[in-house]
Order: sequence, then structure tokens, then C-alpha cells
Amino acid sequence: MTQFISRRLFHLIFILIGVSILVFLMLRLIPGDPAHLLLGEFASPQDVARIREQLGLDGSYPFQYWIYLKNLFGGDMGISIRSNLPVSQEIFDRFLATVELSVVAMFISSFIGIMAGVISSVRKYSIFDYGSMVMALAGISMPIFWLGLMLMYLFAVKLGVLPMMGRFTMGMDYHPITGLVTLDSLFKGDMVLFLNSLKHLILPAFTLATIPMAIIARMTRSSMLEVMSKDYIRTARAKGLSYHRVIFQHALKNAFLPILTVIGLNFGLLLGGAVLTETIFSWPGLGRYVVDSLLARDYPAVQGCILFFAVIMVIVNLIVDILYFYLDPRLRIDGKG
Amino acid sequence: MKRLFWFFSILAAMVVFPSLLFAQTPVKGGTLTWGRGGDSVTLDLAQATDGESIKGGIQVLENLVMFKKDSMNVEPQLATSWSVSNDGLVWTFKLRRGVKFHDGTPFNANAVKVSFDRVIDKNHPFHKYGTWRYPALGLGPVKEVRVIDDFTVALRTEKPYAPLVANLALWLCPILSPAAIEKYKGDIGRNPVGTGPFKFVKWIKDDQIIVERNEEYWGQKPHLDRIILKAIPEVSARFMALQTGAVDIADDLDPDSIQMAKGNPNFKVIEQPSVNVGYLAMNTKKPVLSNKLVRQAISHSIDKQTIIKTIFRGLAIPAKSPFAPSIWGYNYKIMDYDYNVQKAKELLAGAGYPKGFDIELWAMPVSRGYMPEPVKTAELIQGYLAAVGINAKIVRHEWGVYLDKTMKGEHDLCMLGWLGGNADPDNFLYGLLHSDNSKPPAANIAFWQNPEFDRLVKEAQGLFGKEKRAPLYLKAQEIFHEEVPWVPLAHSTIVRIYNKKLHDVPLRPNGLNSFQMIWKEK
Repeated sequence: MTQFISRRLFHLIFILIGVSILVFLMLRLIPGDPAHLLLGEFASPQDVARIREQLGLDGSYPFQYWIYLKNLFGGDMGISIRSNLPVSQEIFDRFLATVELSVVAMFISSFIGIMAGVISSVRKYSIFDYGSMVMALAGISMPIFWLGLMLMYLFAVKLGVLPMMGRFTMGMDYHPITGLVTLDSLFKGDMVLFLNSLKHLILPAFTLATIPMAIIARMTRSSMLEVMSKDYIRTARAKGLSYHRVIFQHALKNAFLPILTVIGLNFGLLLGGAVLTETIFSWPGLGRYVVDSLLARDYPAVQGCILFFAVIMVIVNLIVDILYFYLDPRLRIDGKG
Repeated sequence: MKRLFWFFSILAAMVVFPSLLFAQTPVKGGTLTWGRGGDSVTLDLAQATDGESIKGGIQVLENLVMFKKDSMNVEPQLATSWSVSNDGLVWTFKLRRGVKFHDGTPFNANAVKVSFDRVIDKNHPFHKYGTWRYPALGLGPVKEVRVIDDFTVALRTEKPYAPLVANLALWLCPILSPAAIEKYKGDIGRNPVGTGPFKFVKWIKDDQIIVERNEEYWGQKPHLDRIILKAIPEVSARFMALQTGAVDIADDLDPDSIQMAKGNPNFKVIEQPSVNVGYLAMNTKKPVLSNKLVRQAISHSIDKQTIIKTIFRGLAIPAKSPFAPSIWGYNYKIMDYDYNVQKAKELLAGAGYPKGFDIELWAMPVSRGYMPEPVKTAELIQGYLAAVGINAKIVRHEWGVYLDKTMKGEHDLCMLGWLGGNADPDNFLYGLLHSDNSKPPAANIAFWQNPEFDRLVKEAQGLFGKEKRAPLYLKAQEIFHEEVPWVPLAHSTIVRIYNKKLHDVPLRPNGLNSFQMIWKEK
């Protein structure tokens, strides 16, 4: 197991070098001078030339990349062109907001998605099955932008039962410890802030959960249907095990590997920031930051973010693989062998 | 009889001064929530390049001089008076006494020197902590800052530069606490310490900035307890936030939301002509466009009123000068080229192009206040030009490329605009039209050169006092009108929409105000 993890972590170095080269080249091949974009139409040509020099954009590409890589191995992701602050700090501040939203969204989508998938599979071709699969199809096809705004309009503007935006009510006293508002408020025993932040999570988390929920529901259904037709399920039932026990302990456990893959993949994607949801609900997360940085052609920030996403994806995949080990004894034997 | 006299006197007073009847006493306290399109990037305004940074920073920081709250006329702020030497090179400012920064540091001439030197002096110990992006617009002309005594400071320029005082009113020239500059170094932008009516309290990135009343403020203390500047990037969400009362002010709404707000009795909408201009530059270095008659024909062929109605949804006024009427020195006497297809055709025939010609029309790829929908505008202009026989091909480039290529003069016709931050005619006439700025990479993207125009604008730079400079600018605008290097299209109107519970909400033509005087009904 340790060997497996260290091997994967070793691979990470090569993945990062590959990603960094790709991002470095892609950003520079897009037409447009970052100094121009940064300063806009109100800058004098002298100012543009000065900023180009300041940003090190005058050097050759290999030279620029070498400097970048050297700094990266020293733990320095560069300085954001827009804010003049370290990129790592900019990313970290926003990442925690994204983590909080993604974890809740993944929890909602996994719980509802798996439940809907399991019930659909055991009540195959029932009204519930058709209903939930139609909902799943709608969930996948619905534009998030539209759904978010509609939910906001209904629950925040018309009914006024949920807050419309942000992580907590504007101006509330919050001093970050971990950066996760729900956890911090619990640590401090501030139940008012805790409940407030939970209420603020509902609309964006539900909006963000829609697509993964639909995917998980469909995946669970098809995977469960496949497992349910297996002989050992019939045997389990025949030997007198209760229906629920067969479904949840035998069938679901065996059907869970592909579901876990989907959950892991979606979680990785959500951690990279959900641009639309974060924009609609004014959620100060990483997704918005990436887009703002990209529009301003803030090279160091965009490079930093993409590298960061690569690391996240690798780590999430690693965790999923480790979970496979626990779920499927066959893999454990293979892994050792 | 006496009673009757008093009765009519009071009645007359009410008619003449209705505000007396409805005047309300300002209420102290309350929180103002302000929904805007994005977060600030830095609150050290000397480094700021975006409007959201300025909106936040201007609540906390002050300058030597500032624009009045509803016009672009300059008035004293941290300086009480100023004078200029006979040779026009040394400006001496008398400073306000008894003012303290939010960290308790006393405000004096040294604070001015440190705040300015860190920007202009490359060898200053704090220069390296900042990215000073627009020196040409702000402190660029200042070569030396000298402390005369504790409350007198002198600025020396290399050549006489009359717009300097207007430059000093720009956001780019704030005075910060020297102790804070030393303490926070590169992080001063996240911990601004000024002398303003509000003190910086907290900043949660991409979310909110909180400032609170400065109880020690030297001038009239603010009525509000605090202001929360909330970033709401989605425009529909911003309008919904205003509707639910989650925010008191919503910035940068789309024209549809503005129309809805205008019809809603719960909101107030105030408007002000901006200090910007959107224009179509004609590259006079191109053979066809070097002909004045062709440029005049193009001017006659464009229907500005329709552009304003369809593109700006009425939130603009047609432009006939390079700068807006809200700026002093504007020439009201100029009669704009009317929309006249026949006249345009005649002029083209007179220029030797009776059948028109082919030309490229470069459309900006980004939307700006002075050009809200550049591509649609380009399509409209393309249609107008076709009507007079000019076959315009719309060319699009990515923004950075667009700026780069237009500065090099690769275009025929191109769209661009300008926001004259310091509201000085020089900012437009010298910056965008003088031949000094017509060599690539040029800001004068018409590449227009007119010796008489150049002379007038240069001469005005060396004169002190609006009354001396204005006549030269009036004349320069006449030459511009006759020679038409651009078709000035529109000056947009800026709008502020807020909850009716707010009072004394200011709106300066550049849209950037301190909210010191606002008060909120309970």
C-alpha cells in the first residue's frame, strides 16, 4: 500500500511538469499582450513597456519558463500580476470557500443520487423509476445559470425563506481559524453564525449538486441493475437474508466501485471551483478567481490555479484508489502481488 | 393684517423653497450595504487600475485636493491652499493642520513626501513594493517633492504643467500614513491607512470590504456607522439584492434593470453625464482617410441618435467634441455634423470617390461604459457607411492585440474611448490628439497632426487658470471639428440606483464618490 502511494506521488512530479509546460505554452500562444490587458486603453505606451519589463515578459519563452520552474520548486508560485500578492496566498484564501461549498454539494448529490438510483433499480420501470430518471435527465441538461437564478428568485426574493448570496449575512462577525465558516463557528460555539452559514449554503450547494446528483443517480441505477442480476444476489436472498440487507450490504457494495469513481471525479471537478454557481451566489471561491485571472491574462495566477487543480485531481484519484482497496478485496490481493 | 402678511410670507417661502417643507434631519447610524460588480484588487489607490478598487479606497484615503461631490471642479481636501511660482515649475501647497491618520500618525508634509516619493522616486525604499501603473496620468509630471516646513510642501515639475492640480485630485495621488507604509510594505493595499471619513476594518477577498466611521475625522463626521462593499458579480443577482433590500445601492445594472428600477417607487435613480467619450478614430495616415472631405463624409453618414437609442438605450448624449460638456472649456457653439446621407455622398464625390471605397472597420472586443456593445455599434456603422457607398469590413481582434495594433496604426477605422479621470481638457486634447502622441505606439490613434491645434494645446499647458486656458481649448475644438480625425460618438450617462431610504447620495461625473454625507432612514 505504501509502495502504491509513494509510486503515485512520484508520478505527480511528472504530471506537474507536463501540466506546467502545457499551461505555460497555451497561455502564451493566446494572442494578446498581458501588459496591455492589464493596463487597458488608458495607459501610455511608456507604461506598457515598463510593465512588460517588470513582469519579465521581455525574455524568451524558455527563459521565462526556466525562471518559473525554478521558483516553483522553491515553493513560489509567483506573484499575481493583478494584485501583486503571492499566487499561493490568493489561491488558498479562495480554495477554502470552494471546499466548503463542494463538500456540502457532494454530500447532497451523493446521498440523494445514490438513494434515487438504488430505489429506481429495485423498483425498475415503476413510476418512481421513470420519475427519478426524468429528473436526472433534466438535472444534467438544465443550465446551471438558469436554475441558480430561478432558485434564488423563488426562495430568496419571492418566499424570502433563504438568503440569496454569500457565505454568511453581510457584516456578521467572523474571524477565520480554518477558513471554513461552518467549522469555525462550531469550534467557537457560535451557533448563530453556524446556522446562518448553513442556511447560506443551501441554495448554492443544491444548485451545484444538481449535475453530479443526476450522474450519480443514473450510474447507481445501471450499476445496481447489473449486480442485482448476478447469481450471488439470488443466492443471498435464497439463503434467507433480508431484502434490505441484500440490497445495501451485498448489491450496493459490489455496485459501488463505478459509483465511487464518478463521485471522485465530480468531487475533483467541484474542488476546482464552480464558476457559474460561485458567480450567481456571490460565493468567493476559486472558480471565479480563475476566470477573473484568465480575463486579465494574469499568467502567474492562471498557471498556479491549473497546477493546483492538477494536484487536487491526482490526490482525489489517489484517495478513490485507496478506497477501492478497502471496498474490493480482490484489488488488495493484486496490489500486494 | 399682520397675520395675513405672515401667512402669505410662509406660503411664499414654501413655494420658493419646497425643500424647507420636506427637509429631513439626517439620522446618525446605520449600515450602508453597497452591491457592486466585483471585488477591489487593492486599496492602495496609487496602484489601482480598476473602478472597484477606487470605490473602496476613496472612502478611506484622501488627497491634497479633491473634485467636488457632484462636479469635476477641484476643491481643497488635505491642502488648504496652493500657489504656483512665476516660472510655473513649483507648486506650493499649504496643508491642513490637526489632521491624524487612522493609526494616530499626524498628517504633515513628510506624509505627503513619503506618499509621493514612493511612486515617483525609483530609489525610494518603498518604491519596490508597488506596481505604479499609471504615472503619466497622476504624479508623472512631478520631479521632486520638497518639505518646506511641517505644513508646507512644494512639488516641482520639469516643465510648466497646468493640469497638475486636477491630476492630484485623481485616485492615483492618495496620502497614506508613512508609519503604515513602513509597517505593511507590499501589503499596504490590503491595510490602507488614510485620513478619510471612514476607517478600513476588514476585507474578505472576493466577498466584502467593511469600513466604519472615523470618529476623529477632521471634517464633518459621516452619519453612517459603517459601509459594507459587497461583490455581487452577477447583474441579475445584484438587482435582486436591491429588490430584497439585501443591498442599499446596486452599481452597474443593465439597461433593462435600470428601466425597471425607474418605475419602482422604492428606488431612487440619479443620473449624471459622464466624463468619457466613445469615438471612431480615422487613421489619417491611410491614403483614403487622409482626405478631410472623406472624414467629413463619414461624419455625416453616421446617425448618432439611433446609436444612442439602440445601443446606449438612451443613457448617453451625442458627442461633437473630444470631451464631454461636464468638463470646463467645452465648446457649445460647435454645430455637429448632421446625419445627412445626401451630403455625405456629395462630399465623397467631391473627394474623388463617387462610388465609395472598401475599408476596414475595427470593432472593440470588450464592452465599456463609453461603448457598451461595440460589435453591434460596428454593425450599425457598417450599415450607415454602406448607405453612402463605403463598403466597410468589420475586423475583430482579441483585446490585447487590438490595443497593440491600433497603437501601431494598422487599422483604417477603429473604435475606442477614453475616460478623462482628471476632467481636464488637456487629458483628451493633448493625450489623444496631439502630434507628440502620434508616433507608434501611439495614443493618438488617428495619427492626426495639425500644427495649429498642437500649438494651442501646448500653449494651454503652460498657462495657469481656467480663464486663460479655456479660449485656447475652444479654438482647438473648432479645428478638431473642421478636420474631424474622429467621429466622436457619445458621452455615456452614469446612473446610481439606490433604496429610497438613503439620502444625500452623491454622484460625480466619474461615478467615484466618498459616501461621507449619506444617511439612512431607520
